[in-house]
Amino acid sequence: MATTVADLPAEHLGMSRRSFLIAASAAGGGLLLAATVPFARNTAWAADPEEYLVTIYARIDPLGAVTILAPNPEVGQGTKTALPMIFAEEFDVAWKDVTIEMADYQGGRMGSQSSGGSYSTPSNWMPLRKAGAAARQMMLSAAAARWGVAASECSTADGVVSHASSGRSLAYGALAGSAAKLPVPDLDTVALKDESTFKIIGKSVVDPDKARIVTGRQQFGIDVKVPGMRYAVFQKGPVFDAEVRTANVGEIKAMPGVSHVLVLKGAQRQLEGPPGQPGPGIDDGLRGGVAIVADSWWRAQKARRKLIVQWEEGPHADDSTRAFDARAQHLLGQTAEGVVRIDGDPDGVLASAARVVRASYSYPFISHVPMEPQNCVASYKDGKVEIWAPTQNPGAGRKGVAKALGIEPDDILIHMIRCGGGFGRRLANDYMIEASVISKQIGAPVKVLWTREDEIQHDFYRPGGYHNLTAGLNAGHELVVWQNHFAGFARSEYFARLAVPGADAFPAGFVPNYALRTSRISCNVPVGPLRAPGDNAHAWVFQSFMDEIAHAAGRDPIEFQLELLANPLSGEGVGKGGSAFAPGLIAARMATVLKRVREISDWDSRHKLPAGTGMGVACYFSHLGYCAQVHQVSVHADGTVTPHAIWAAVDVGRQIVNPTNAENQVTGSIMDGISAALGQEITFERGRVVQSNYHDYTLLRNTKIPRMQIEFLKTDYPLTGLGEPAYPSALPAFCNAIYAASGRRVRKLPISAANLKA
Amino acid sequence: MSHTIEVNGNRHTVDAEGDTPLLWVLRDILDLTGTKYGCGVGQCGACTVHANGAAVRSCMLPLESVGDLRITTIEGVGAIDVGRKVQEKWLALDVPQCGYCQGGQIMSATALLMHIARPGDAEIDAAMAGNLCRCGCYPRIRAAIKHIGDSRAA
Repeated sequence: MATTVADLPAEHLGMSRRSFLIAASAAGGGLLLAATVPFARNTAWAADPEEYLVTIYARIDPLGAVTILAPNPEVGQGTKTALPMIFAEEFDVAWKDVTIEMADYQGGRMGSQSSGGSYSTPSNWMPLRKAGAAARQMMLSAAAARWGVAASECSTADGVVSHASSGRSLAYGALAGSAAKLPVPDLDTVALKDESTFKIIGKSVVDPDKARIVTGRQQFGIDVKVPGMRYAVFQKGPVFDAEVRTANVGEIKAMPGVSHVLVLKGAQRQLEGPPGQPGPGIDDGLRGGVAIVADSWWRAQKARRKLIVQWEEGPHADDSTRAFDARAQHLLGQTAEGVVRIDGDPDGVLASAARVVRASYSYPFISHVPMEPQNCVASYKDGKVEIWAPTQNPGAGRKGVAKALGIEPDDILIHMIRCGGGFGRRLANDYMIEASVISKQIGAPVKVLWTREDEIQHDFYRPGGYHNLTAGLNAGHELVVWQNHFAGFARSEYFARLAVPGADAFPAGFVPNYALRTSRISCNVPVGPLRAPGDNAHAWVFQSFMDEIAHAAGRDPIEFQLELLANPLSGEGVGKGGSAFAPGLIAARMATVLKRVREISDWDSRHKLPAGTGMGVACYFSHLGYCAQVHQVSVHADGTVTPHAIWAAVDVGRQIVNPTNAENQVTGSIMDGISAALGQEITFERGRVVQSNYHDYTLLRNTKIPRMQIEFLKTDYPLTGLGEPAYPSALPAFCNAIYAASGRRVRKLPISAANLKA
Repeated sequence: MSHTIEVNGNRHTVDAEGDTPLLWVLRDILDLTGTKYGCGVGQCGACTVHANGAAVRSCMLPLESVGDLRITTIEGVGAIDVGRKVQEKWLALDVPQCGYCQGGQIMSATALLMHIARPGDAEIDAAMAGNLCRCGCYPRIRAAIKHIGDSRAA
């Protein structure tokens, strides 16, 4: 029998600001547990006042089987396995007895249930440990009461309580019924395991879904089928925010299998507000377009080929990448509009610098392109909607659907289905809103499935950006000035979220005379977070320019950065990119990963490499994790690049919950970074996205794959997630290796082979 | 219009237009959803199946062209010795991340290993370059294929 939240007393769950555990008898004699634990945020670190409240549900049946409800969406990052591992560890059961079920979205009663920002692990770590420990304590108490001994004389292992002096033992399953009647322990004082005794955490566990994945039996969002379901495609405008003027609705409706052709009007845009204000989230309301509903997806898609729409294209129909580039160059030639941070006297000291280094860097918009295109099944009936969605962010989706349909959030049930990749794309829920609106209009369940072309042309893109950088070195070859004029994209009078580098982004805080100034380029391109938001572009700019400066100073790039890191201008950590889970940049941690990658890559022997081959280095602090990488590449006469080897040293705190998955996340992040550097670019002409499919939006393929060595440094800091920290440093390490191999500096992404030709 | 095709050793008569790609017949009519849609134009390989033992992109194969071809999908490839070995090695090395492309990866790898017992890097490049993995599982995919090749040669 499945564990469901409906089996448990719901009142107060997720509503209290104190920890508590509810235990109840399960039908059939087992024990149901629900624990709610507010995450004790450290106010010195927290950048925002948000409370993190975590709830875990588990069930122990009389035969000892343990079912744990995984709270957060699985996009391939491993959270569905990692979070139950943490609970099972403290509960002290054998992992083979654990079954994981994916929770439905619980409207706040299970915390935020979103997967983003590498936060699933740090936000759940301590709450899940406490909940598991309390559950274990109940089993100890139940056994002790039955035997008439003190609980302190009993011990647990693999789901069994033992009393050593009498040789008695009882399995949890046999105790579950009586444990359900015991008072529950205080979660704030419950004893946790000594981390050195962990048996599950730190051992590689393969996600149980993967046995179904390799045999084709795992359900993804796109595979959901419900009775009476129809299929829909949705043609949105070629220019963002376009609306339908006229369409050949009658002709399309007469096509085989087509039951409905709906002309839908877009919702009011929700644009960025002032920095520091709560934003509108991702602007994922309905867009204008034509929905075609048919008895099969293929028939809907075939009908779409005959669709002719006259669009009201709006004021952005002439926007183009060429015009954006020209606007950026114009702005960067002028005095900057705004100032983010000034330290010292960057202009004055630059005037007296012994050596000045200048460079301009730019990167394009890029698209998330998860392998599973956006899709959703929605079934609207009598004012309520049931939704099956591959989403990273069901809470925002529920709000969006409620707004679009004019119904209450509590009338929306969202099943979170395994996602075929996320990368931040599924933090938006536009597909969920489309399916819900169409289902309501046709009065039947519907599956909306986007084509790859829809996916690439209607994303929330990682915004492009342009940086004019200036560095000043003193006579001692020390970096004393760092100036950056950044031109970036804005859809309102305010910058797109995450477009502008953070005021605390390294090397800010380490260079005495520092300036970050900004200017805005107006556009209407939808933007949103992509893996390691902000850092995924800024790290490439800053770590590439750092490499340029080190070479200009005639210094080893690793030595140069270690010297910089040795002299923070103020106290460590606090305020620099920190969150509720950990402090900001700690220079010693960054230095340690740099030193370690120097050792494992044999960096100091790089001068022995043959001509045309070189090593590059980069490091970055992102999403509370530290990663330093060395890449070794060859650049050929035709300008193509072969990566040979990659070494990475990673510090994400004191524990690696699931090592096999951790290695996958780091490998994947590095592959992703190289992929972005080599081929990913979204461009615009006449207000339209030029790229349409994988032939012109190119991803890294399984050829010329370098050998990789990844090392995790366990440090005595709170742990963090691994979906993101290794991505940012991959691009600059790769490009710095290209420089070392060829003498050509990559200052514009994606990399152009033509610019690297000998 | 009805067409009879053989999938995983079973014959199915399906009622669909002849230009319907095999992919959509498998997924939406036969409920064999392990074969995935990724691009619709033969660029990503998520829809890879075997036709008479060769890897083909089912998004590019119209129903009317299937004829007598023996189609094998990810749901059926485990019945082949090599296919089962590939599935087992994929799990043992924890190859998948999100898992969406992996059915296609396994079908391409199995076809490769059915024809070349111990493929080298260049042969793996040629056989696997058509299968995109957005999560970047490439190093483990490569390692899994080499492990199987080595174990067969030993």
